[in-house]
Amino acid sequence: MAVLEIDDDTALVAPVAKRRKLGGLFLCAVAWILLIGLAAVFAAFLPIASPTDMDMLGKRAPPSAAHWLGTDSLGRDMLSRLIYGARVSLTVGLLSSVIGVTVGGALGMLAGYFRGRLETFTVGGVDVLLAFPPLVFLLAVLAYLGQTVLNITLVIGVLSIPAFTRVARAVTLSLSEREFVVAARALGATHSRILLRELLPNVSLPLVAFFLLGVAVTIVVEGALSFLGLGVPPPAPSWGSMIAEGRESLDIAPWLAFLPAGTMFITVLAFNIVGDTLRALTDPRPGAL
Amino acid sequence: MTNPPLLSVEGVSVELPTPRGQLLAVDKVDLEVAAGRTLGVVGESGCGKTMLSRAILQLLPKKAALSGRIMFDGQDMVQLSPEALRRLRGPSLAVVFQNPMTSLNPVLTIGTQLIETLQAHMGMAAPAAAKRGIELLAAVGIPAPEQRLRQYPHQLSGGMRQRVAIAIALSCEPKLLIADEPTTALDVTVQAQILDLLAREQQRRHMAMILITHDLGVVAGRTDEVAVMYAGRVVERAPTTTLFSHMRMPYTAALLAAIPKLDSPPHTALPAIAGRPPDPTRPLRGCSFAPRCSRADDRCQAAKPPLDTADHIGGQYACWHPLQPAAVARA
Amino acid sequence: MAASDNGTLLAVENLVVEYPVGNKTVYAVSDVSLHVDRGETLGLVGESGCGKSTLGRAVLQLRRPTAGTVTFDGIDLTKLEGEALRRMRRRLQLIFQDPIASLNPRRRIGDIVAEPLVITGVTDRDERDLRVRAVLTAVGLDPDLTMSRLPHEFSGGQCQRICIARALILEPELVICDEPVSALDVSIRAQILNLLEDMKRRYGLTLLFIAHDLAVVKAVSDRIAVMYLGRLCEIGPTEQIFTHPAHPYTALLLDAIPVPDPSVKPAANVPIGEPPSPIAPPSGCRFRTRCPRADQRCADQVPALREISPGQLAACHHPLGVAN
Repeated sequence: MAVLEIDDDTALVAPVAKRRKLGGLFLCAVAWILLIGLAAVFAAFLPIASPTDMDMLGKRAPPSAAHWLGTDSLGRDMLSRLIYGARVSLTVGLLSSVIGVTVGGALGMLAGYFRGRLETFTVGGVDVLLAFPPLVFLLAVLAYLGQTVLNITLVIGVLSIPAFTRVARAVTLSLSEREFVVAARALGATHSRILLRELLPNVSLPLVAFFLLGVAVTIVVEGALSFLGLGVPPPAPSWGSMIAEGRESLDIAPWLAFLPAGTMFITVLAFNIVGDTLRALTDPRPGAL
Repeated sequence: MTNPPLLSVEGVSVELPTPRGQLLAVDKVDLEVAAGRTLGVVGESGCGKTMLSRAILQLLPKKAALSGRIMFDGQDMVQLSPEALRRLRGPSLAVVFQNPMTSLNPVLTIGTQLIETLQAHMGMAAPAAAKRGIELLAAVGIPAPEQRLRQYPHQLSGGMRQRVAIAIALSCEPKLLIADEPTTALDVTVQAQILDLLAREQQRRHMAMILITHDLGVVAGRTDEVAVMYAGRVVERAPTTTLFSHMRMPYTAALLAAIPKLDSPPHTALPAIAGRPPDPTRPLRGCSFAPRCSRADDRCQAAKPPLDTADHIGGQYACWHPLQPAAVARA
Repeated sequence: MAASDNGTLLAVENLVVEYPVGNKTVYAVSDVSLHVDRGETLGLVGESGCGKSTLGRAVLQLRRPTAGTVTFDGIDLTKLEGEALRRMRRRLQLIFQDPIASLNPRRRIGDIVAEPLVITGVTDRDERDLRVRAVLTAVGLDPDLTMSRLPHEFSGGQCQRICIARALILEPELVICDEPVSALDVSIRAQILNLLEDMKRRYGLTLLFIAHDLAVVKAVSDRIAVMYLGRLCEIGPTEQIFTHPAHPYTALLLDAIPVPDPSVKPAANVPIGEPPSPIAPPSGCRFRTRCPRADQRCADQVPALREISPGQLAACHHPLGVAN
């Protein structure tokens, strides 16, 4: 007597509405990031003035048809400088976070999966890196290697590794206890297969969400460095150095400081919004009750 | 059953919004419990038994919509102000949850949690509360209660934690105790002890108790009346002995038959219930059990059977084609 | 089902599993010996913390035993390493308690069930597809409706069917079921138990069925082993264990099961207290702290497993139904 019941209603649990509500705010944030990103990439082809051409007669000019956002204290086109500044900010922001997420993510996953001595070593290393005063480290490295975009990116990237390691390790630790990982081991899967096929897809979404928050933080860090004169050397524009220059004429031409500050504010906010939304979507299941 | 009911649940429905649409968790349920009686509520996961207990306690999620009346000790709980409710919970209405690990605060000692409850609700001074706390722990069968007061929940075993949770629930001498799957997380030998403890305290204090469980075996020996829930509705309700001797609703009978019996030989195929409970966000027009029921016909698909009083035996069932008492020979 | 003439498939001898927690040692499994014959179902019962799950995982070498041997089809698994062990693993499979947690939430059912084939090097996509469809149909699921979906779209019972399909696709010889139905509802539980019985017949499986519920174990087992706090208390034919339990713990376990019949009043002799921690097990017989028959001898000497009736062994100084 076979009592095997073939489900007559393999209709499963009712399918969830495919479209998840992402909200207008999220779409605006994505649109802004795309706008800034595209402008930065294609800056050389855009019909804008050179960011370094000075116009000594038109210093601190208010917005006009020739200069949509006015000119700075040396008569350079503000719009153009903002766009070229975005190049620096986004390059540093994205690339250093990429360094952090790859190195930190890999270290964290390995530490969380294999545990043991590797974990002790990694956690110890990360703690040392975190304890080291970042500004001193930056100053030292930049003083020796020079203030180039590449060096700044590398240094900020290395400094962001600990945070990514911690996130990846925490997620991997909790996942490694889950039965599907044990099931894969019981099937005779190799470590690399478990790490790549079982763990990585589950670790990657929280990491991507954290990556976007990292980009936002890095843009601010780069701005702060430029503001302190540790960023890309002049005359190349960067949002931080533009704020620093604008600060001197806050009383007569406030937009010189507020325009780059506002751009940076909106960009950072946009990355944060996208990161938060993605993090909320991290769970593959539909939102809880 | 001469006592007037302490709690009467009248036409209570609970609706919850979910990503898949409105979920009717509880569908027009009527129940009552008198002081000194135990009502068993039996059902599988998702049948609405936990939402029903939350509705009685007025601890529903914010988004849930409740309709109907919940009369407790002469007051309609639905109409009460949050302040009045707060004063009611504890002294009059207490609850024991399934998982004693999460229902106790992990960073406070057992003593702090127990004594603070006594101070807050019973207005006891600290020394009196401490003395009462020790008595309560001893009453629920915890050895060396003086030392336990200083321990944290994680230092106790699961059964001990559930005993502490029961002691806290009993501390304010409640009139009604709701035990929501109190033994599901525990081992069989510990389960028996906890159920005995609950029954003993219920008798001694002349409390009303609602014992919520998925296990027909648990309600069989320890309740006066049983309500069986399926897909948000009460589908059968009867005094416990009547229910087991005159089972009328095919679902109840199938549920009982699906439990492995100790006296049947090994490798006996179990009479399983085909399929699964219906999706609560897509309510059926007819009887919710019809898709899985061997007795179902067109009428069952078309109209929901009401919960009717059965003949002379004092039970109620919601079925168009009830089992005849004779047909339910002991499974 | 007389299966014992087919010879022993799995033999566990003097197995010990201990592992550190903080600076203490958990004595999870202490000197357990048992065997499972080909085609047989051995039920392994005990309360939480008795080491039954640890034993199951130690058999699969998912947790390496501290001492003792696990012989599967004549090969000592504790001696195997790396590739040889991985190759062996496809002949032994595991089914877990929580069916939802044992499926990767981000992979499609088709991929999850095909994974064992990929791991064992079945490179032909069409062959994999064919075998996945066959095994899904066998466990009662419609391949067309399931393969492209994610685990969260299924109920607990359906997820357990998927887990069974994944365990069976390599046609293993031994399947260790670790509480496969305790997370499921009663009506679904019966479906899964029937399915396991059906699959056992169809694939000629040998089962080690671990559970805390004696009634569930009885429904599927030829023989039953009872564990308490890391030690084997009693082992014997199912009927014998239920009708004539020799170990007091087995008897108490039987009494504690709630019976769905109001005319049967709950047993009065429920065991006292709760199992001690496996970090500090009592000396001698580990059950003595809760045993109504315990005396000084039980504290001094560890009782050895000895034959009570044909095929029934118990580790007790004062077994029930035996005149001392």
